[in-house]
This record gives sequence, structure tokens and C-alpha cells, in this order.
Amino acid sequence: MVKYFSCTGFLKSSWDQVFLAFWQRYPNPYSNHVLTEDIIFREVTPDNCLMSRRLLTKTSRAPRWAERFLPAHMAQKAYILEDSVVDPQGRTMTTLTWNISHARVMSVEERCVYKVNPENSSWTEIEREAWISSRLYGLSKAVQEFGLARFKSNVTKTMKGFEFILAKMQGETPTRTLAETATVKARETALAAKVKAKDLASQAQKKQYV
Amino acid sequence: MNSVGEGCTELKREYDQCFNRWFAEKFLKGDRSADPCSELFHKYHTCVQKAIKEKDIPIEGVEFMGPSREKPDS
Repeated sequence: MVKYFSCTGFLKSSWDQVFLAFWQRYPNPYSNHVLTEDIIFREVTPDNCLMSRRLLTKTSRAPRWAERFLPAHMAQKAYILEDSVVDPQGRTMTTLTWNISHARVMSVEERCVYKVNPENSSWTEIEREAWISSRLYGLSKAVQEFGLARFKSNVTKTMKGFEFILAKMQGETPTRTLAETATVKARETALAAKVKAKDLASQAQKKQYV
Repeated sequence: MNSVGEGCTELKREYDQCFNRWFAEKFLKGDRSADPCSELFHKYHTCVQKAIKEKDIPIEGVEFMGPSREKPDS
């Protein structure tokens, strides 16, 4: 069982600024959950694309309702891999990000394509897809709902972080109006999913006792 | 930003600085001259690899752009 999600967003900066910001985006005020960042592989291909692999450590707190189902003393952090290909000729950047820790409990895989916005060439479009799955017996649906809600709220943080770094690179005070609106929406969605996940979890628990 | 290896953060900072300049001023502009940061990367990389081994982070043999993906069910 895999939950699929996709969305398209954009940044009001040109592709080269966004690609540059991609490598400089940590830390930012919205990245408190990112603890470490490393480049562990990097190579320029013969056709002049840049391939990189970034290793990230992020905090990974389980929701309270799920704690009793998880192994005691489960690590509170997770290792994430992010592979990317930057193609300066095609003006595209493709990234693939996934967790290599706790993958049985929850696996989140994200694919993003960054490219020039077809309607406004000084903006950058981001097509985002995500696959969320869980192999926790009886709880996979609840974990997926939780994972999706958290994924969506992390997308908002990623975009706000990007906007912050881009503004900093351009020597401006970050504008927040658009991003703030998105946060409120994401919070509402997260809350709705949390309620749903709790429901599913209590159903699963009841089933276990039958 | 901190490195996963506590002792590698300074090496990382030096490398990042070199890379960001090269990326902005050469690579994105299509300039294919040799990467000036390879020595800094080598030093930083050696340090990080040691930390990854010590912390037992399972990255060995993971294919580039290729985690195994199950197909969406909907």
C-alpha cells in the first residue's frame, strides 16, 4: 500500500538563483528539524550535468498515539538521502529524496523537478511527487495519513526556507505573506489528517483486542 | 550547517564555499574548466566517510537516484 501525492509550486526567482539556493538552504529559520547536512558524492558527467548525493540527519518524532506501537528507545532521528541532477543546458534540476532509517515503520520518497516556469521565465516551477508507505501491520493506513500530513507541512517549510534564502541572497527582507497563507492551509490539513489517523489507530487497536 | 562527523564541519565549510562559487560562476554558465574544489572535497570526503563508518549509516551500495519503489495502488 502506497499513498501518492503530487503538487506544483513555484518560486518567484530565476532558475539559476533557485539552483544556487538549493545548495545553500540550510540552515534557515524553517529548518530546525534538519540537524546535519553532507555531500557524500559529487561528479560532473561527460554531458556536463552535476550529480550529487546529500546525506541529511533530521529529527523524526513519532506522534504520541503511535509511540506505544513502536520499539522502545527508537532513535529520535532519521537519515535521509537526497540525490540530484542539475542540468544547466536544459535548465532543470531533478531530485530524489528518501529515508534510509525507520523505513519499515514509514517510508517517504519524494521526487522534484525544478524548471523554468513556462508562463514567466523569471520564475521557477517545482513539480513535486511523493510516495508514502508503511509496513506496520494493522497500522499502515494511520501511519500513511500521518506521514502525508507531515510531508505536506514539511513542503511548506521547504518553500519558506527557499524564499528566505533567496531573499537573503538578493539582499532583501523576506516577504512572508504568500508563505504564511500556505502555512495556515497546511496546518488545517495536518489537523484534519491527525484526527483521521487517530481514528484509524483506535480502530486498529480495537481490532487487535478482538 | 553541521556535518554528521563532528570533526568535519570546518572542512565542509571550506569546501561548500569553494563549491558555491564554482557552481554560480562557472558551472551554471556552461564553463567546463576543471573543478577547483577537488582537493578540498577529497579532504572533507575522507573525514565524512570515517564518520559514516563509525556511526554505521547504511549508505553502502545504494544506487544513484534509485531506491526501490512500490507502485502506487491508486
